[in-house]
Amino acid sequence: MLSLIGIAVVVLGFMARQNPLLVVTAAALVTGVAGGMEPLEVVATFGRAFKENRYVSVVWVVLPVIGLLERAGLQERARALIGAIHAATAGRLLLLYFVLRQITAALGLTSLGGHAQMVRPLIAPMAEAAAEHHHGPLPEEVRASVRAHAAAADNIALFFGEDIFIAIASILLIKGFLAQNGILVEPLELSVWAIPTALCALLIHGIQMMLFDRHLARMIAEGRR
Amino acid sequence: MIGLGLLYVIAGVFFAAIAVLGARDAKNPKRWKNTTFWGLFASSFLFGSHLPDVVHGFVVIAMVLTAGIGGLGRGAPAARDPEARRASASRLGNKLFLPALAIPATALLGTFVFKRPELAGLVDPKQATLVSLVLGVFVALSIAMPMLGARPKVPMQEGRRLLDAVGWAAILPQMLAALGAVFAAAGVGTAIGELASTLLPDGSQFAAVVAYTFGMAIFTMIMGNAFAAFPVMTAGIGLPLIVQRFGGDPVIMGAVGMLSGFCGTLMTPMAANFNIVPAALLELPDRNGVIKAQVPTALLVLLANTVLMYVLVFRS
Repeated sequence: MLSLIGIAVVVLGFMARQNPLLVVTAAALVTGVAGGMEPLEVVATFGRAFKENRYVSVVWVVLPVIGLLERAGLQERARALIGAIHAATAGRLLLLYFVLRQITAALGLTSLGGHAQMVRPLIAPMAEAAAEHHHGPLPEEVRASVRAHAAAADNIALFFGEDIFIAIASILLIKGFLAQNGILVEPLELSVWAIPTALCALLIHGIQMMLFDRHLARMIAEGRR
Repeated sequence: MIGLGLLYVIAGVFFAAIAVLGARDAKNPKRWKNTTFWGLFASSFLFGSHLPDVVHGFVVIAMVLTAGIGGLGRGAPAARDPEARRASASRLGNKLFLPALAIPATALLGTFVFKRPELAGLVDPKQATLVSLVLGVFVALSIAMPMLGARPKVPMQEGRRLLDAVGWAAILPQMLAALGAVFAAAGVGTAIGELASTLLPDGSQFAAVVAYTFGMAIFTMIMGNAFAAFPVMTAGIGLPLIVQRFGGDPVIMGAVGMLSGFCGTLMTPMAANFNIVPAALLELPDRNGVIKAQVPTALLVLLANTVLMYVLVFRS
């Protein structure tokens, strides 16, 4: 039970708005020692796990390309393209991206989106341009909200799409965990039961995206008052 | 065989270049902190496989102290003014999308091609997508650099501009994965399971379902990762109560349970790569802006999951 102190460290650290790197490291050290490990053993466990998870950070090598294209005006081009389409609103655009992202994720194509590759260079500037086209220049607060919703569309579509694909890590984890407990299931059985939630997510977030343009108009009107 | 080894060298060289370019940027008042941070990260990629674990642990702690106390600085690479970017955009037109779309296109193609049996041994099949993504970066660069007449230094400086915008948050996802490993080694999972089973009321199917779906979401919020929460909550509540006591279907429990965890992922700063990193990447004034945009959907989907589980899991 003593090892739960680490969870308290995480929660308190985030609540106190300390630097998350310090919070995480402190939580790891406290948890390890409270769980009965030697301090150097905790440092070694932390170091080994950091090493084994380096693949998580490989994705940053896309930044030079994105930066180079941004320098050449990629965001401006994305804006111009959407500004010319009168029917495009921020809500409709994000809904379209949401649906495409969810379908491709369900087919196992999870790397077709992403914040560094798609949202920053293309989707967020397009959504901003569509909002500007209909509402005029955006107050900073509204601009931030449009960008935040572009990131949210990517996350939500990915999470509630990918589990329909049978070879995704989470499906394999469920299968593996159940197998350890003597329950043998096929990945396909699991992925079928991800469909109801995927449809609910589509319905719930889809309605919100359809109402998003009205929400933006209200934010702007309140800002002007 | 092309696998993680080569990817780590590429990433290591990238971060080392960021450190060197950062050191030469006199406009950044914290340039030596930036250089130390990215230099240490580069060494983790380049030499990490040969370092003893405890030394690697101290490398990580040194990085955390460098960035965690007082933060990193932002360099001043020559960001072009908006006027020049607009002019360039109208000159190049839709051709600009070509290299941008080359990355996902290559990632997609490579994922399929490298899994073909006749190409077995060329690329580690477990890493086919990541290898293809990095390959896509090189494809995109080889299209974009001649098109824009850019020397190799330009993309590196631009990469540094973006990485400076993300800052220390770039390593947070990897740190959280490491934290998860320490939690597992220290027995946090068993402790949570014991706690959950002593607190739950007996006899109510509905209470068990609610405890499981909401427990998955809450514990995922604490751990930052539904994968870490799943074994804990399923061993603590899902299997003993929903499946063994009330005869629920383990398949539906598992599938919907994991998706309840994902609702938690949408609501926590601990899921850094989905919530904190994009906020930095999109330069949002509020670090929790992405989370705030997601909370309504996350809560409604969590409710939907709870209803779905209760209606479906005891049927079969």
